Amino acid sequence: MANLAPSALRQASRLASKSVLSTPTRRSVAAVGRVAKTASQSSVAPTRSYVTESKRDNAQVQVETAIRLDKKDFEKAGLALSGQDGSNVHVSPMADVLKQATVMDEGQRPIYLDMQATTPVDPRVLDAMMPFFTGFYGNPHSRTHAYGWESEKAVEEAREHIAALIGADPKEIIFTSGATESNNMSIKGVARFFGRSGKKKHIITSQTEHKCVLDSCRHLQDEGFEVTYLPVLHTGLIDLEQLKEAIRPDTALVSIMAVNNEIGVIQPLEEIGKICRERKVFFHTDAAQAVGKIPMDVNAMNIDLMSISSHKIYGPKGIGACFVRRRPRVRLDPIISGGGQERGLRSGTLAPPLVVGFGEACRIAKQELEYDSKRVKFLSDRLLKGLLSMEHTNQNGDPEHFYPGCVNVSFAYVEGESLLMALKDIALSSGSACTSASLEPSYVLRALGNSDESAHSSIRFGIGRFTTEQEIDYVLKAVTERVGFLRELSPLWELVQEGVDLNTIEWSQH
Amino acid sequence: MSVASASGGETARQVLSLYRQLLRQGNQFASYNFREYSKRRTRDAFRENRSVEDQRRVQELVQDGLKQLQMLKRQTVISQMYQQDRLVVEGGISGKDKGGKGEIMRQKDTGWD
Repeated sequence: MANLAPSALRQASRLASKSVLSTPTRRSVAAVGRVAKTASQSSVAPTRSYVTESKRDNAQVQVETAIRLDKKDFEKAGLALSGQDGSNVHVSPMADVLKQATVMDEGQRPIYLDMQATTPVDPRVLDAMMPFFTGFYGNPHSRTHAYGWESEKAVEEAREHIAALIGADPKEIIFTSGATESNNMSIKGVARFFGRSGKKKHIITSQTEHKCVLDSCRHLQDEGFEVTYLPVLHTGLIDLEQLKEAIRPDTALVSIMAVNNEIGVIQPLEEIGKICRERKVFFHTDAAQAVGKIPMDVNAMNIDLMSISSHKIYGPKGIGACFVRRRPRVRLDPIISGGGQERGLRSGTLAPPLVVGFGEACRIAKQELEYDSKRVKFLSDRLLKGLLSMEHTNQNGDPEHFYPGCVNVSFAYVEGESLLMALKDIALSSGSACTSASLEPSYVLRALGNSDESAHSSIRFGIGRFTTEQEIDYVLKAVTERVGFLRELSPLWELVQEGVDLNTIEWSQH
Repeated sequence: MSVASASGGETARQVLSLYRQLLRQGNQFASYNFREYSKRRTRDAFRENRSVEDQRRVQELVQDGLKQLQMLKRQTVISQMYQQDRLVVEGGISGKDKGGKGEIMRQKDTGWD
């Protein structure tokens, strides 16, 4: 007791001195601020008089789902304030509690609806990977000890899972770093191998391919190859007659993607495969968006080369695979040379954790294919029905032949980028992630024959295994509200409501 | 995540217990999407295999379910170790957290700002 009394006294005096020190300064600052404010007000007041008052009803935002992200700024501001005052315990004992409360009561993390860009890692996949990050660290190519054997066994099992998913032989699977590398390897590899003799110098692809396919082809053009970029129909499908006409005796490769990453259109792979087999041309397909989501069979579809990506099917990022047919054999010129791993087509040590994760993701995808696709179809129908019930919206791509997990919708008279900005609580994209940095309209939508305005106002919704019904309902509500809000702001929308055809307007030049 | 209910008294109890354990464990995911998926998948898998009568098949499914339970136990712990902020939809359309029973306690945002 004798000890306690003086310490309590000391604490009390410290408290008092602190508050004495801090309060006067604060008050004086406030007073100065007030003086400044009154001065500025008095000078500004007369100049404001001719400004007409804005009507209250014109600028209403629905509060309930209005952008919540601003709250974070508030919190930061609160933090900075308390920092100035020293410890916030002295200011108010409730400040700490309230700060916690803002974090606790409402979430601010956006809903993820960009499954075409990438997908979250499935917990089951991570569970399979963990042992290879902690214990089994052997090099799978080491043949002299148990560490290598156990890694090799796991890698071969993963290879079997991947092969089973696409109906291939495990020996035909080559691990790469991702679908981009697989695409590069297939296109450049086949072209260079068969172009060496100078007989086959022609490649066919389509205008809606992924950037890495188009860029590989352009690179080959510089090397002296000829490339035909097939146009697509308004639905996004390629015309098979045009493909038949485009095939020449010196054509080495046809590369058509299975599922488009922006509009989700499924190309008629079986027919293309048949045409290519008849004409003895190799058929490569970029199936990064298709594998594990729609049934794929390389033998039924006569696919000779196929690119697969792991992070689009709930696997880890940084790994993919390339299917290279053995019978009839497809010969490639490897891009990466080295120790001769992976049949010499892609040298370099494999990453067992990633390979195992990829294999597990494929195993789960095969097992859950039916369940997942039913679920995705259900959610997609719900979303599409809600979005298309709004006026002046339309779906891009073929409404019959598309993967339901990829819904691309145009909202007329709304700027796509500004809609994305207004939808900060939903993670969306207007096109592929690779081109999301530029404001250019999507080349895929342009290839469909859409106008610039329509391409600018398109947004892609990606639905996946972990999307819930609540999320879809929230998204529908948010999109409807904000599209309505943005349209209210738009003068074009006003003209449309008045029944003016926008194409008849002659815009004055400045 | 697939297991069946069976006619036998002992197995039925075992299956029911497994079902409860799976649901309860799945509820421990800190991530909203995984939590909802785990609950939904467990429910649907049991419903799908409701009419399985073959005892051997039931045992197979039970074994599979036990394996999934082990996985869930590990993964929910990992999920709780690296928590993110809540999603805007969590707790219904208003986003309000009503603090239901048995829910895990949440810390402040541990991710990047």
